[in-house]
Amino acid sequence: MDLYREEILDHYKHPRNFGPLDGFDIKEADRNSSCGDSLEMGVKIKDGKIVDVKFTGVGCAISMASASMLTEMLKGKTIKQAAKIDDQAMLKRLGIPISLTRQKCATLGVAIWQKLTQK
Amino acid sequence: MLNVKKIKADFPILRRRVNEKPLVYLDNAATSQRPLAVLAAMREFDLNHNANVHRGLHTLSEEASQLYESARQTVAEFIGARSDELVFTRNTTEAINLVAWTWGMAHIKAGDEILTTIMEHHSNFLPWQQLALAHHAKLQVVNITPDGRLDMKDFAKKLNRKTKLVAVNHMSNALGTINPVAAIVKLAKKVKAAVMVDAAQSVPHFPVDVSKLGVDFLAFSGHKMLSPLGIGGLYIKKERQTETGPFLTGGGMISEVYADQPAIWAKGVEKWEAGTPNISGAIGLAAAVKYLQKLGMANVRQHEQELTEYGLKQLSRVKGLRLLGPSDSRIRGGVLTFVFDKYHAHDVAQVLDSEGVAVRSGHHCTMPLHQCLGLVSTNRASVYIYNDTSDIDRLVEALDKVKQVLG
Repeated sequence: MDLYREEILDHYKHPRNFGPLDGFDIKEADRNSSCGDSLEMGVKIKDGKIVDVKFTGVGCAISMASASMLTEMLKGKTIKQAAKIDDQAMLKRLGIPISLTRQKCATLGVAIWQKLTQK
Repeated sequence: MLNVKKIKADFPILRRRVNEKPLVYLDNAATSQRPLAVLAAMREFDLNHNANVHRGLHTLSEEASQLYESARQTVAEFIGARSDELVFTRNTTEAINLVAWTWGMAHIKAGDEILTTIMEHHSNFLPWQQLALAHHAKLQVVNITPDGRLDMKDFAKKLNRKTKLVAVNHMSNALGTINPVAAIVKLAKKVKAAVMVDAAQSVPHFPVDVSKLGVDFLAFSGHKMLSPLGIGGLYIKKERQTETGPFLTGGGMISEVYADQPAIWAKGVEKWEAGTPNISGAIGLAAAVKYLQKLGMANVRQHEQELTEYGLKQLSRVKGLRLLGPSDSRIRGGVLTFVFDKYHAHDVAQVLDSEGVAVRSGHHCTMPLHQCLGLVSTNRASVYIYNDTSDIDRLVEALDKVKQVLG
């Protein structure tokens, strides 16, 4: 089935940039209480550029995979470039039709990233 | 067992396909499907009798009033009540809030206690938590046993002379547990506490008789029992009616209104039915009740108990799956709740849907219960009169697919 195509399952089972956020000063968290998804993300910034990004937490395949993909999208970008990443960009990156009920899963990482941009 | 093949023919929606597979509908604890007889009753009202009820002297209004009141009679008798004890509401949630805002506001005072349970749906938890906060009363919460029954020792310990209300569900929407309401009422009466029962999962699935149970308030929803959305019922025991003030005020619920002195409320159940009611909904609910009565509620219960037993047995064989709630089908309704340690409930539900199997995932509006179980979300398959063992088999087969996809 489309939703669980190989790339998504790969990111779910082997999330990139995943682990404890030790050493990250800029952190934000968010959750989808109806699903029980709870993620936290940290970034390191140097000269206006995202030099490191990491996330941790628990979630369904879609929220974990999209957060994992998001960290790859963010790494190396300038803050200005990265600030443009929104729900639409995330859904485009996922490349699969996401039903209305799962949109919150797919964009949980982006919601945290947008909170981080406010810092 | 019920003649499921014959029953299925009355529900056209069950013939549709989902993701190219025949639909297996196992989300009945959330909402049920409607048979042709219910749709026909509502259509007949719309096509031939539609008018507002009460006080209209023209023919259509008389017919609408007669149909509405006879619907009340049918539904009231179904739960062992008199028609002057049954209020039509939107659903269970509205019915319980009605009790909280009327009887509760007047009778729960600072220092009083409300006794509820950890397995309540939010609809029988939040109105009491809010009321307790507003009135500086205490909300006491009864725990459950490891196998998902109410801990009656804990209940007895927390029930005392300060308890003014016991708010309990008849059957848990998350665990399937059927609670001993009659015994609870006996205990509550000893301390003169009123009893509010959330019967959203019981009235649709087994015989309920309010007079035998001795409860004060009992709420249920039509849409979980073959009826349209937006219609439900609240039983208010006659003796409690005089001490229960009006809820919404406005048209239809008064006896007399004056510009310079307080109004006098209607004497009967109209007092809690301000505004034009959901007339066609009430007619649909009465048609659903007649449909269920034809099957016989004892037969409905037996059918679901057998299905529950079969479901528990089949699911217990699925590797990596853990069932929640009582394993004794005598105290369990047709709700099969499970978790996989490896998979998120939403992913499980999504893969099941790709196989045409509709189940629910999440906390089922029972967050305190899930916190107590140390879980964030679970999967729930719930059966009704149109389900049979082949639906359980399809569920189990689809769970194989879950393992294939999620690995």
